[in-house]
Amino acid sequence: MIGLSHYLAVAAALFTIGVFGIFVNRKNVIVILMSIELILLAVNINLVAFSSFLGDLVGQVFAMFVLTVAAAEAAVGLAILVVYFRNRGNIAVEDLNLMKG
Amino acid sequence: MIAVAAFYILSAIAIASAFMVVVARNPVHSVLFLILTFFTSAGLFVLLGAEFLAMLLIVVYVGAVAVLFLFVVMMLDIDFAELKAGFFTYLPFGGLIALILFGQFVMVGGAWIEKSVSAEAIAAPTPAAAAVSNAEAIGRILYTDYIFLFQSAGIILFIAMVGAIALTLRHRDGIRRQNVTAQVGRTRADGVEMTDPKPGEGVVL
Repeated sequence: MIGLSHYLAVAAALFTIGVFGIFVNRKNVIVILMSIELILLAVNINLVAFSSFLGDLVGQVFAMFVLTVAAAEAAVGLAILVVYFRNRGNIAVEDLNLMKG
Repeated sequence: MIAVAAFYILSAIAIASAFMVVVARNPVHSVLFLILTFFTSAGLFVLLGAEFLAMLLIVVYVGAVAVLFLFVVMMLDIDFAELKAGFFTYLPFGGLIALILFGQFVMVGGAWIEKSVSAEAIAAPTPAAAAVSNAEAIGRILYTDYIFLFQSAGIILFIAMVGAIALTLRHRDGIRRQNVTAQVGRTRADGVEMTDPKPGEGVVL
């Protein structure tokens, strides 16, 4: 029978792949954004799994909130990406030092 | 039995396609694998009894976010092969970090103590699936107890929309635009001219 720990293992694997994606695609900001989506998806799987196995619906409500924030983050991130590409002509995040921070 | 098989198939596809998202050479393929990951995760949500969230995942992630990614990947003219150049340089370090992180997850999982949660600790108990559907049960608590969360989610989306438009809107020179102030500020003296043309002459504009 499939238990809570099975779902947590899947979520942990997705989370790890997301973190791995951020490290190996350091130049490609589009894939970094996709990796962040993967990480948030893993968090959502955790929330829904706990919600389902504990019989508490609040986890699903909170997962919905995470989904909203992920969508907003993707929209603003891609908008920043488009503006950056318009100014610089590439999206290499390695030389992203316009603000000299 | 079918649920067990479905869980293993869906989670295997989800993990494999998530891996392909980060290692795919072409970002368009990455987005398509991301869509596959979302679909299989929606299947996992259905197995968990969260049908509404599964449909929401498909509508919001596949229908909006992934299409947005696809638009941006296809509209920007980028040499992606060059961006992929440092992949093998970062591979050992990234793999090490990922291994450490996964090892920590395994350690947390090993120290897992299964305790039953008392009935008082549950904020919103899930009603029986036969009596109330998942969407209705979520709606009953989302619009009552969690209305503030719901409204602030709307505000976040609104701010994100305004921010994305404000960032990407470009005012180019040399394009005729509507000037509302000038339109409203016109007086009768500017706009109307009384003439008294003689028969057969017409008016000069």
